[in-house]
Amino acid sequence: MKTFATLYRRIDAATSTQHKRQALIDYLRLAVGDPEQYASAAWTVYFLAGGKPRQMISTKLLRQLVLEATDLPEWLLDECYHSVGDLAETMALLLPPPTRVEDAPLDVWMNERLLPLRERDDAARLAALRDWLDAMPSDDRLPFFKLVTGELRIGVSKLQMTQAIAQATELDAKLVAQRMMGYTQANRAPQAQDFVALVAPAEAGEDGRPLRGQPYPFFLAHPLQAPLSAFPELLGPVDDWLVEWKFDGIRAQFIHRAGEWWLWSRGEELVSDSFPELAALVDFLPDDIVLDGELIVIAPRSDARSAMDDLSDLRPFSELQQRLGRKVLTPKMLRDRPVALIAYDLLEKDGYDLREKPQRERRALLEDVVSRAHSSAMQVGADLPLRLSPALTQPDWESFARQREEARARGAEGMMLKAMGAPYGVGRQKSGANLWWKWKLDPMSVDAVLIYAARGHGRRSGVYSDYTFAVWSGPPEQTDRTLLPFAKAYSGLSDEEMRKVDATIRRTTIENFGPVRSVRPTMVFELGFEGIGSSNRHKSGIAVRFPRMLRWRQDKPVEDADTIEALRALLPGGGA
Amino acid sequence: MTKDLIVPAAEGLYCPQGKFHIDPWRPAALAVITHGHSDHARWGSGAYLCHEDCAPILRRRLGDVRIETLRYGESRQIGEVRLSLHPAGHVIGSAQVRIERRDEVWVASGDYKLEADGISAPFEPVRCDAFITESTFGLPIYRWRPQAEVMGDINSWWAENARAGRASVMQAYGLGKAQRLLRHLDAKIGPIVCHGAIEPLNQIHRDLGIALPPTLNVGALDKAGLSRCFALAPPHAVQSGWIRRFGNHSEAFASGWMRLRGNRRRRGVDQGFALSDHADWPGLLQAIAATGAARIFVTHGSGEALSRYLRERGYDARPMATEYGDEALEGEAEPNIEADTDGA
Repeated sequence: MKTFATLYRRIDAATSTQHKRQALIDYLRLAVGDPEQYASAAWTVYFLAGGKPRQMISTKLLRQLVLEATDLPEWLLDECYHSVGDLAETMALLLPPPTRVEDAPLDVWMNERLLPLRERDDAARLAALRDWLDAMPSDDRLPFFKLVTGELRIGVSKLQMTQAIAQATELDAKLVAQRMMGYTQANRAPQAQDFVALVAPAEAGEDGRPLRGQPYPFFLAHPLQAPLSAFPELLGPVDDWLVEWKFDGIRAQFIHRAGEWWLWSRGEELVSDSFPELAALVDFLPDDIVLDGELIVIAPRSDARSAMDDLSDLRPFSELQQRLGRKVLTPKMLRDRPVALIAYDLLEKDGYDLREKPQRERRALLEDVVSRAHSSAMQVGADLPLRLSPALTQPDWESFARQREEARARGAEGMMLKAMGAPYGVGRQKSGANLWWKWKLDPMSVDAVLIYAARGHGRRSGVYSDYTFAVWSGPPEQTDRTLLPFAKAYSGLSDEEMRKVDATIRRTTIENFGPVRSVRPTMVFELGFEGIGSSNRHKSGIAVRFPRMLRWRQDKPVEDADTIEALRALLPGGGA
Repeated sequence: MTKDLIVPAAEGLYCPQGKFHIDPWRPAALAVITHGHSDHARWGSGAYLCHEDCAPILRRRLGDVRIETLRYGESRQIGEVRLSLHPAGHVIGSAQVRIERRDEVWVASGDYKLEADGISAPFEPVRCDAFITESTFGLPIYRWRPQAEVMGDINSWWAENARAGRASVMQAYGLGKAQRLLRHLDAKIGPIVCHGAIEPLNQIHRDLGIALPPTLNVGALDKAGLSRCFALAPPHAVQSGWIRRFGNHSEAFASGWMRLRGNRRRRGVDQGFALSDHADWPGLLQAIAATGAARIFVTHGSGEALSRYLRERGYDARPMATEYGDEALEGEAEPNIEADTDGA
């Protein structure tokens, strides 16, 4: 734990990405050179790249442990937590110093101590934890609790981890990215050999081609924010670009190799089990093929088969969300919210990695593959949950801009622009002519009233930075109208603005509910969001996607904030 | 029933039987001052009474005002009460105010800490019936490590930076914290630079017989000297052009608030050292118990939480509103406010 804790602290204290990367590289160089460290390094990479094991110990149990060890009343633990803003840190700060010191490497902690706790009862868990913590230096406890609570949040991305490994081992970053695929899956317990496999010199013929069910690293898009007038200079003629709708679903890779199939989400989780209907693809797609596309809920149908490029039946993201996070998929759920894969790229065919081929060629092959699959499905009368993302054509960028206005009506968020001559890259590439661009619609927005505030976490701990927003239930002339909450947002304000909002919240507090305060409605914000759907979770009956503060409308009195009608009007179909 | 000897008033804590205020935030006839931080020693009162080591700080801060002084333990009759000052261990010349009338004794702590810092006279518990305590760090998450350990870390940080050829720039409150750091720095590591806002306070300490290592103006060092120096500055100076003169450097902040990761992150410093001139949670409880007082009034910081905790343990405890009783101004937002005054 000491080595991991030291690295954690060094990364945590780093005030620039440069320092952060250097800390990772220094650690990795030492680990690569020391076989004794392979097993613990396997876990270190797992955690820092974002891996989260299934829960080993409940928060409730940890709180109990701290209360017993400190003899504090529970309300005071809560008071401390609200002041610190992070439970792991609160517990680390409260526990009395150790009475002895004894350390074990991270792999021993995980494999022999923490993971087996899942099989024990609460009394045994408490006793074991008490004993271990009593031998743990105070400084190591924060990283320890962070691991145990599954909230590392140290600001290292998988991409940074990949680059650090590449730099420390002098391997090609693409190769490392390939080797990292699926490394951080929740149910995985990485072993020494997994670390060795990550950092080993490239073998002759090793071209970064994934094995069996392993996916390719996703190529990620950059937001296109330039004004339309700059497009010709920035992008050149429209003919050099593949333009598609940007669908509002889940990015996914469908793999069909050796008669088996796998579905990977963009978060590199294997999600095959959540989407069993895609098994039907195996019967109509050739073997050794990998598709990149978007999973999206489609309207249930019993009648006709859908055409290959039909987009009329796409449902909003909120319906897909109801499929996710379900432990058990009921037949009703599968029937009411079926999904389809909208394919937009072909990464492998006949076992060949196509990623270096230009987009134009991959697209042609993709069209061929999807249409063949559809015709064979048609022959047997099957409805194939596979679509082809249509290639949009217009004579110029202005026409595309006009067409883009229809995106929302089609269940899309905007358009994707992909250079026809470009290969399929790795991750979010920094620069160059071969980027993928996401050209999103401006967010929908309403003017909403801040009614609740909670203290933030991490860098914002102690500051009221997380807000709940509401709109009016009726027009101003309705005297008994109320404020209906519909969204929470915490991003979009400058530090300076947040300080002012924080001060206003404290001044206008009505009531405290633990970490949350209700405030007198005095502040109006322009709230932007990407999607909107019906929901029974909020009083307003509406849920929005990616809400954030676009502007603090200090010019606007709360009476002039928007009403629920304005919000409903944005629902697909105009809230009819 | 006897009347309270200290009550909250518009100008600050007030002793009606002696007709004087303690650390008033608005002008009063007679201001008894616990210590020289500017939120406790404010301008405009008719006369000031403080410890003799606090007087030069008051003079520097308030100019030509009427100041009378006492030594620790020396007492004076004011109206119906007897007043004396006792070491609070917060900064040089800091004092608890003891007020006695007939059999009743009240003590206002001002700011205090229990650990001896090598500069201020160490805290002495005073038996009393009612104790008015500060609670800047009145939550159990605040527990300080011994000064020797923290100073050891600070010296190691400096030494490592010096080896790497970069300056060590430390932000610290100018009165108290700065001199405490100076006193325990290992001057063998390299030259020590002090910002112009701190140097006069160093001089006051030296004049009072406190040995501090030699300190330089930033202009006195060449590039080689700067690359291994330790530089002390009040927090506001760090945003100024002053900091740029050091070139490659590491930044740190020494304050009790640095115990929390969120505060370290918000500051944007490379290192946060939790070194405080206020009592931590165990210190507050120990100090309160040592007074033997049954009635406890809790001022600034986490007044509510500490009061409730004490009540659950049989004390008659309640928060006492001061001008800074507002949580927004002090309790939590404080680490963001550039108050080079409160010595946190």
